Amino acid sequence: MSDVALPARIALVGNPNCGKTALFNALTGSRQKVANYPGVTVERKEAAAVTPAGLRVQLLDLPGTYSLRARSLDEEITRDIVLGRFAGEEAPQLLVCVADATNLRLALRFVLELKRVGRPIILALNMFDIARHRGLDIDLARLAGELGIPVVPSIAVRRGGTSDLLARIDAAITAQGGLPASANIWHEPSAAELRETQRTADRILAATVRAPHTADTLTRRIDRVVLHPVGGLVILLTLLFLMFQAVFTWAQVPMDLIKSGFDGLGGFINSALPVGWVRSFLADGVIAGVGSVIVFLPQILILFLFILILEDFGYMARAAFLMDRIMGGAGLHGRAFIPLLSSFACAIPGIMATRVIDNRRDRLATILVAPLMTCSARIPVYTLIISAFVPNRGVWGGFSLQGLVMFGLYAAGIAAALGVSWLLRQLLWRREPTHPFMLELPDYKRPVARNVALGLWQRVKMFLHRAGTTIFMMMVAIWFLCSVPQPPADATQPAIEYSLAAKIGHAMEPVLRPVGFNWQIDVALVPGMAAREVAVASLGTVYAVEDGDEHRDQLGHILSTQWTLATALSLLAWYVFAPQCASTLGVVKRETNSWGWMLFLFGYMLALAYGAAFATYHLALWFGAG
Amino acid sequence: MRELDGPIPLGNAPLGFRGTVLRIEPSQVVGALPAAELERRLIELGFIEGARVEILHEGLIRRDPIAVRVNEATVALRRGDAAGIIVSKTAAGRAATDE
Repeated sequence: MSDVALPARIALVGNPNCGKTALFNALTGSRQKVANYPGVTVERKEAAAVTPAGLRVQLLDLPGTYSLRARSLDEEITRDIVLGRFAGEEAPQLLVCVADATNLRLALRFVLELKRVGRPIILALNMFDIARHRGLDIDLARLAGELGIPVVPSIAVRRGGTSDLLARIDAAITAQGGLPASANIWHEPSAAELRETQRTADRILAATVRAPHTADTLTRRIDRVVLHPVGGLVILLTLLFLMFQAVFTWAQVPMDLIKSGFDGLGGFINSALPVGWVRSFLADGVIAGVGSVIVFLPQILILFLFILILEDFGYMARAAFLMDRIMGGAGLHGRAFIPLLSSFACAIPGIMATRVIDNRRDRLATILVAPLMTCSARIPVYTLIISAFVPNRGVWGGFSLQGLVMFGLYAAGIAAALGVSWLLRQLLWRREPTHPFMLELPDYKRPVARNVALGLWQRVKMFLHRAGTTIFMMMVAIWFLCSVPQPPADATQPAIEYSLAAKIGHAMEPVLRPVGFNWQIDVALVPGMAAREVAVASLGTVYAVEDGDEHRDQLGHILSTQWTLATALSLLAWYVFAPQCASTLGVVKRETNSWGWMLFLFGYMLALAYGAAFATYHLALWFGAG
Repeated sequence: MRELDGPIPLGNAPLGFRGTVLRIEPSQVVGALPAAELERRLIELGFIEGARVEILHEGLIRRDPIAVRVNEATVALRRGDAAGIIVSKTAAGRAATDE
């Protein structure tokens, strides 16, 4: 080894569902750097690691694919990096091809294709424990001989389960001649070539793997229930419903704790500092503002916990299967289900996840409706208003009324998404034939706590980062607008009436008066463009500053005395549709590569929001909720 | 079920069908993809001549899509695209699919 200073670049490639990310987690732990590839929003996961022999290596986790033929943007990244074509990214010196040991057929064809690239390859047979448990007898030496590359077993989820792989990586790097690259003779295979390669793979498989005569009966038994045409849909809806009930009930205790923590901190500042600018800034701006956003962390965590566990379990592909035809009726592709479900957490990862949809029109339709799914940033606003205006009592034996209203808001978002995509298809893409829906349904696996925890941790970091940067800066800006200029000495009205914020709010009032918003709401909507949940924090600031009360009551209590029910419902309706959060608009612009589609999205959502709020407000007034 | 013994498109086969792939005829499919591209995608999912197939599940609306066991893997696809996979029913039914 001559270039001892530079860590060897190793890339992990493999079919979807082969446990590649679990293996990457096992090899690198939590030292991962998660970023985006320049110019695109495909997640780039990289980590430095040290092998048992003390060699530094740089590991890259590439998007899963069945071939280098790259049918989607995700797969293009894998192809371009493996082939060394990706600008600004050096080609990996060693490929670790990860394969599910229980499902080798397609993986072996992919290995044979990868060999043509001319890079050294190690084949890691992942989930080797499950394969052995099922009675699969894999002749590793013979497989290595047939393929002409090293083959090692690996168990990503067990301590020490990667030692064979690490030893083999060490051996490859320290071998005489290092990591030799031969000529790249890969070209896009024709159908005949693919067939030929699959035949070779099947021959190797037959010679090296002896399988018992039973398939994974557990997966089959679960699928018989979960994929039942009617029962499966009932189960899917029940799961979603339980998920949202859990978001509300489980999160209550930690939320109360966080809330009292921030309240205590604010009280401490108020008692420790003299009345003035600094105290107002710290207590009303920083602590009250950031606190009112952090308090929703438990709910966001619970939502992601469900999504991550279901994904790890293997259920998400089944959900796409169950939903394909139903969403197809609305002009959406079955694969759009997972991006849309992710949009319940945040539209940005949801829109990024549309990269797995290979067809441009299907992808565009999904991007345009993803922001209608109720993202977690809306939760703070919904929770605040629901807890202030909807009585907390049980209905229909155990369900909370508040949970039901929340479910209704989610349902409204889903219905709107389906309606809009149906209209898009009717108006814009009427004559286009449909693109195929093809998806592997992996065997069920027990979710691994470590992988779920790591995924959750990455979400927490993202959320806290946002709370600490974007949201914090917006809070400071809002506090400034609410506190400047100071009221005159002979002021007769609350201080905020004299502030810049009041001027903005009053300026917007004529436009938003017909939907029942007061100027305090109008003020809160402006920073809501940076991040939806900031609207709650700004309402907190607006009302806290207005009260000037050291022992201010819960914001919800203030709202329930200041707003009518009609106004509250109207704001809920507005929030279902409003085109908010500048980051989402930015991602849409980047992903569609068009200002036109971004403006289209903004325009149609604004129109829906105004219309829905208007209708809700006037219906509520008509029913006497004024 | 006698009428199913001849070669049929997988897309027309009923739930529980077990058989073997005879050939891929992507020109049978009315869809957005060129025939050659659809053929390659089907092959990449493991549908090549001689592969064993079994229809395990089907969806609610028009019995679509279908979940197909292809040798040792399970794949979901729409009946429309599965029309390009010509299959014949396994001669001896249940016992023969084990090998």
